[in-house]
Amino acid sequence: MELDVIVESDLKMGKANQDVFSETLLDLAGIHKNVVAVTSDSRGSGKLISFGQKFPEQIIEVGIAEQNLVGVAAGLASAGKKAFAVSPACFLTARALEQIKNDVAYSDNPVILVGISAGVSYGALGTTHHSLHDFAVLRAINNLTIVAPADNFETELAVRFALTLNKPVYMRLGKKPMPFLSEVNKTFEFGKGRIVREGNDLTIIATGETVYPAWQAANDLEKNQGVKVAVVSMHTIKPLDTKLLDKLAANGRPIITVEEHMVHGGLGEACASYLFQNGARNPFQIMGIPDEYTVTGSQVEIFNHYGISKMGIISKVNELLVSHKP
Amino acid sequence: MTDKELKLKSVFLRKNLLKYIYKAKAGHTGGSLSCTDILNVLYNRVLHVDPKNFHDPDRDRYIQSKGHCVEALFVTLADRGFFPESNLETLCKYQSHYIGHPTKKVNGVEQNTGALGHGLSICVGEAIAAKLDKKTHRVFTLLGDGELPEGSNWEAFLAAAHYKLDNIYAILDNNKQQITGAISEVMNTNSIREKLEAFGWSVKDVDGHNLEALEAALNHGPFETGKPNFIIAHTVKGKGVSYMEGVIKWHHGVPSAEQYQLAQNELDQAGALI
Repeated sequence: MELDVIVESDLKMGKANQDVFSETLLDLAGIHKNVVAVTSDSRGSGKLISFGQKFPEQIIEVGIAEQNLVGVAAGLASAGKKAFAVSPACFLTARALEQIKNDVAYSDNPVILVGISAGVSYGALGTTHHSLHDFAVLRAINNLTIVAPADNFETELAVRFALTLNKPVYMRLGKKPMPFLSEVNKTFEFGKGRIVREGNDLTIIATGETVYPAWQAANDLEKNQGVKVAVVSMHTIKPLDTKLLDKLAANGRPIITVEEHMVHGGLGEACASYLFQNGARNPFQIMGIPDEYTVTGSQVEIFNHYGISKMGIISKVNELLVSHKP
Repeated sequence: MTDKELKLKSVFLRKNLLKYIYKAKAGHTGGSLSCTDILNVLYNRVLHVDPKNFHDPDRDRYIQSKGHCVEALFVTLADRGFFPESNLETLCKYQSHYIGHPTKKVNGVEQNTGALGHGLSICVGEAIAAKLDKKTHRVFTLLGDGELPEGSNWEAFLAAAHYKLDNIYAILDNNKQQITGAISEVMNTNSIREKLEAFGWSVKDVDGHNLEALEAALNHGPFETGKPNFIIAHTVKGKGVSYMEGVIKWHHGVPSAEQYQLAQNELDQAGALI
């Protein structure tokens, strides 16, 4: 099996999104003294060690205690602090789910929940360390914006945007270096999908670290087959950019969604639900992690196993184009 | 308010919370009666909170972790002028903000609580923020003894001591009962003092129905500098109504018309003796 190694000469390579998060937070903490990071023995994986050294009063360590992490962050936010609760996504969104639901979302305390090493970033550490449920459970909670930036550009702006929103946010970040996906589209706003490639033959809607393989597939399809595929970074899972979905569905062409999440309850089902209920009947396929014991391996190996890769997406696109000729 | 008026206030609050539980045909009766005196002292002698300017950033915080005993909180807030008492006519009714647990839709409520084991962590965040901002307001919570097995409490006990949050006052409504039965039988949380002291808290035992003792404990500065404060308020579930005291079924029992009248009469008689 060909492995998609992250080398793509067409794009400028950046850093891991969670590195950009920590650098941006460091910058913001210097400007806004009410910015605080709350960590659960996660400052290393959250790349917040230099933050802690530079702003020792603005980092609050709670130890390995995610429920307390979120409750404390809610109290800080209630008292006017801009609280970023930073913890691996797997623990943050499962162990502390009730605190997210009640203390953050229901009580409307504007905590920015930052799930690091999300999805299958932890690869071979296994299912305990994967978060393939977080979109699903958090989508079912009122008053929570859910964001999964695709590249460094989106990540930096997402962090800055979250600071000013003054509402509960969940931000989902990975630890693999990501290329800059578009030098053209330099707009970012929560709730507005970002088109990173134009095309009329088919549309791929992806989120987080899966936008890049979608881009790679689209690039290859255009170069080698002359097939033009639009790629959208749907960085905001909730609220979903339904206006953009209407626009993308209008040509009737197939739509594929791609996500580093179980196929249940994530981006794909959110898009399908909206489109179907609003009359769209485009051929539609959800790509993600199936409902099974996740295969073991690195993130790239897991992605390849389930077709969340350049080659896997190319195959899926061709399959749909053959069965749905215009 | 004189000491005598404060005592009469406890009787009034008990009568009132029973009235609205009776009208709504729902409520946590026994636990509301056990914490009535604590709330009375907090809102009439201790907390610096202004009903007309509740969101003053320098106010004392009170977060009711045992959110199910909301009836005691609502009648106390209404009496302090946070909202008209007549609003409680809608208790648990369709589209009312006055539901079975505290919500911020009600003036005077700090946080939406009800799921147990949440209040203290939020207090830790509030107390750290107060320390960072060099503010002198205090942060209070009311815990039920039945909620102590929630592990999140113990995470928060650790954190409060670690950060030396002597601006936190956690009051335990130690009524010794929960819905299934005696706490010692459901999940033994005995030796609370020793447990909390081992966690680095400073602990005081008080009679949770003695208003002077409650006020003395709660209007005290930190019991020990650099340690969070824990007040074990020894209370009786169903306090003030003889047939409810210590009887499990009144955890969320609603009195019949006859029982309701009996309770009101007993409380009137208690008031007459003050």
